[in-house]
Amino acid sequence: MSQPSTTMTGATGKPAAPVGARPRGRRRATVRGRGAISPLAALVWLAPALLLIVGVVLWPAVELVRASRSRYSITGLRKGPAGWDNFRNVLANDSLGTVLTNTVIWVIAVVALTIAISLGVAQFLTKDFWGRRFVRWAVIVPWAASLVITARLFTLIYSYYYGSINAVLLDLHLITTPIDFLGSDKLIMPSMIAVGVFVSIPFTAYVFVAGLGAIPTEVHEAARIDGGSPWQIWRHITLPLLRPAILVASVMNMIYVFNSFPIVYTLNESNPGFSHDTTITFMYKLAFKSAEKDVGQSAAAGLFNVVIILVAVLVYLRVTRWRDQEEQ
Amino acid sequence: MSAPAISWRRSRPWALPVVGLAVGLAFLWPYLVMLLDAFRPSEDVVQTPPSLLPRVWKWSTFGEVLGDERFLAWLKTSLLVSVASTAIVVLVAVPAAYATARFRFPGRMAFLFVVLVTQMFSPTSLVVGIYREFFSLNLVNTYLALILTNAAFNLAFAIWILHGFFSSIPVELEEAAELDGCGRFATLRRVMLPLTLPGLVTATVFTFIAAWNEYVVALTLMLDDTKKPLTVGINSYVTGYEQNWDQLFGASIIAIVPVVILFAVIERHLVGGLTAGSVK
Repeated sequence: MSQPSTTMTGATGKPAAPVGARPRGRRRATVRGRGAISPLAALVWLAPALLLIVGVVLWPAVELVRASRSRYSITGLRKGPAGWDNFRNVLANDSLGTVLTNTVIWVIAVVALTIAISLGVAQFLTKDFWGRRFVRWAVIVPWAASLVITARLFTLIYSYYYGSINAVLLDLHLITTPIDFLGSDKLIMPSMIAVGVFVSIPFTAYVFVAGLGAIPTEVHEAARIDGGSPWQIWRHITLPLLRPAILVASVMNMIYVFNSFPIVYTLNESNPGFSHDTTITFMYKLAFKSAEKDVGQSAAAGLFNVVIILVAVLVYLRVTRWRDQEEQ
Repeated sequence: MSAPAISWRRSRPWALPVVGLAVGLAFLWPYLVMLLDAFRPSEDVVQTPPSLLPRVWKWSTFGEVLGDERFLAWLKTSLLVSVASTAIVVLVAVPAAYATARFRFPGRMAFLFVVLVTQMFSPTSLVVGIYREFFSLNLVNTYLALILTNAAFNLAFAIWILHGFFSSIPVELEEAAELDGCGRFATLRRVMLPLTLPGLVTATVFTFIAAWNEYVVALTLMLDDTKKPLTVGINSYVTGYEQNWDQLFGASIIAIVPVVILFAVIERHLVGGLTAGSVK
């Protein structure tokens, strides 16, 4: 984190805001409204949040660290300390390279496609036309539906035997034999990515709708009067002004997509091994589905997950100069 | 004006709704398939060759699901957990966001940083730790455990959104209210909260949807069939032993309805709230 740039407090602890020009009575109000308070007073405001974070986020994190350093029986009973064995075992897992590659492909493809398509969808949703409200409600549905159910639904839709995609393609005589979307090593990742993009668009499109709404209309009018083509205006005016929204959307999506469990887990359920798993489903299978049912290894993998997404997001924020944007 | 521009102006009134219909259908079609599947006997859902329309129409599915006591128990859990965790998030996030936006104190940046980091923790990666914590607290299989988990993991987003809103409201507004005799809490309630309504609505919707659709923690913590939420419970309509696809999909449609209604009612506020904290 860079230095606390938003701090308004001067060296003396008094507000550095221009209070001198104001009447005396209002100055006290300023100190109260935007002033320095003691850590103890701040604690009163923050205590409930700290309690929840420490009690339900950090405590499990500590438990996870402890579990990752322990040995477990197949039924989940702790048998004793394991040192770094669990971490070593995760790193030595033959599937680790595949799983990591899958995760990188999964996250980058889903987030990039989601952002690109959502830009178009959002642009369209801000246009004024008859029935726009209904279209907006329709776009919401994939977000409102449970991911588990959407994933199960798509296992049916993609199905080799009774899937509706194959039914339509066969009826239109575009194909002569059904396509095995979920059983083919080549097609399963693109099939999962398509569902991932599908369910990520609603949230992302709404972030962009809000971002577009924040751009003053005068900016576009001025550009049009200056003779800019629609593409030029979009490329050189809209897109740069949308940058903060794109940053918010891409970071949130990175976190969601990386942590996404149901889609990969459900669509990939019929395939053995880890060849199409991401790090999240890999971890879950280690604990609950693998032959060993190894809680300790799973905990170690979970810790790797937390570190991976933390580093990825911090690097992304650094590269995109998030803070600079915030300070403008 | 060029010729294409004129013809576009003329076709726009009907072209845009047509594109709108296409866009709407692009997002709805899987759920239309699901609706059709709810209206046919389960065997018809998984029959080769597949048919788009039901070969046999079955109208009783929704009645069966709504008359199923298990389903009603799952629905109750989902509503209870989502409403309670959303209420907790709002009540806890408002003071924290207000204090970090308005006051300066040692540890302020550290607190915001911790909040940002917890945003990246997912209950899925921590599920082993979560289970162990609640096991040692003897809270496995309780609503409380599920409510606390959903509240805690959605808190970060709510604090960040509300922090942005509180920061963007001029201090002068508060000062004016205080000069008019409002105490600090009256100011917060009468002046600040109405102005941050879009942010509150956003935080509410996000938390509610996240809690409504949470799966992995509920799957791990809730062992009693009657205490499961919808996301976990309805999967027992289709297992290795019994296959009631019609009921699974009927139940899923019912589960979507409350969220879409919530959306329809507050959509306008939501759009204001999504990036107001970050887009200036």
